[in-house]
Amino acid sequence: MCLALPMRITAIEGSTATIAAEGLEQECSVLLVPEAKVGDYVLVHAGFAISVIDEAEARETLALLREIGELGEAGEDEGADA
Amino acid sequence: MPTLDREALARLADALAREARERRCFMEVCGTHTMVIARYGLRQLLPATLRLVSGPGCPVCVTAMADLDRVVSLARRPEVTLATFGDLVRVPASGTTLAAERARGADVRVVYSPRDALRLAAEQPGREVVFVGIGFETTAPTTAATLLEAEQRGLTNFSLLSLHKTMPAALRALLDLGETPLDGFLLPGHVSVVTGSECYRFLADEYGVGGVVTGFEPQDVLEGLLTLVRQERPAVAIQYRRAVRPEGNRVAQGLLAEVFEPCDADWRGLGVVPGSGLAVRERHAAHDAARRFGLEEAGPSREPAGCRCGEVLRGVLDPVDCGLFGRACTPGHPVGACMVSSEGSCAARYRYRGLQTAGGAA
Repeated sequence: MCLALPMRITAIEGSTATIAAEGLEQECSVLLVPEAKVGDYVLVHAGFAISVIDEAEARETLALLREIGELGEAGEDEGADA
Repeated sequence: MPTLDREALARLADALAREARERRCFMEVCGTHTMVIARYGLRQLLPATLRLVSGPGCPVCVTAMADLDRVVSLARRPEVTLATFGDLVRVPASGTTLAAERARGADVRVVYSPRDALRLAAEQPGREVVFVGIGFETTAPTTAATLLEAEQRGLTNFSLLSLHKTMPAALRALLDLGETPLDGFLLPGHVSVVTGSECYRFLADEYGVGGVVTGFEPQDVLEGLLTLVRQERPAVAIQYRRAVRPEGNRVAQGLLAEVFEPCDADWRGLGVVPGSGLAVRERHAAHDAARRFGLEEAGPSREPAGCRCGEVLRGVLDPVDCGLFGRACTPGHPVGACMVSSEGSCAARYRYRGLQTAGGAA
């Protein structure tokens, strides 16, 4: 439920950011992290960035999530891991 | 290397075996920790002196039957489109589920974000779109922000049913029960992104119990445990420093305070815990589904026969010791909430029941 995925911000318009991870592009709100900039990695939970994190750490987490199949499962589960 | 570092895990396990001389019991209170521990077989890496139990960390699991029944009564209203997260749809209410109600014609939508529910409200001005807000401090700011956006955009057909709960009050209730002698908590990483770590100080100051805000990689969990083992006196620390600051996310805290006020909340397993819920403030009443639909008790709630989820959620019953586990109750045919939610203690234990060690998890 409190799963949050690290994603990189590729664009920001108003309080909405375009974010990318694993070739997927989507939008999230950056209302909760006004300090976020394009290029930053953010933890995204339920469509909102909740924290700006260190880039190296983000890459590590993504690699791990890929290894354990978490990224692939997100779509299967009716969005349950929100 | 940015991969699962089995050597690091082995080193941490060795350190725990060397240093955990006294018998200790630690509890994690986050469904995502439950999943990571089960998936990597981390329990099997711990020395015999350490016991690691799961607590009330899965928001869907701790939602009381009476609240689930109220959600069902909302879904049955013909004018309502009910939007919520996926796990809630399958969890048993009294004699039904939202999935069963949907099959009978209720308009129940699974969404990833509360913003998706707001979009539904904008697209269907003739429908009453109710978002069921469930989750701890990680999720509550996202629904607070969405409610404020609905106000700004004048989307009067959007409302929030807040079943949000807050973690520190639950930990206090659990310690007050005193059923399980606990020596420390692995504290939830993403809840703490929002709350920070200061709100847990009472654990050490009032109860003499340590706590470590812990991340979600297997190394994080073992590091969190090692930090607890190494504490000479109980304290609250942060292992998940890459995402959590002691003061938390002040913007998110501000939104929580603007939209919500503390209320008593009913927890499966713990009962009513004073001040552990988040109710929509009077000034946002127009978007509060509880006020708008005058949600009364839906009638007496019925827990599934033989279900012991309450004890599992308090950490006093190991899932495998429940008579229903793996027999009458499986993820395919769940009896209790802890087997429904993918991060429930029972579901996590069932899914990875064949695993012996982290090596076997690959």
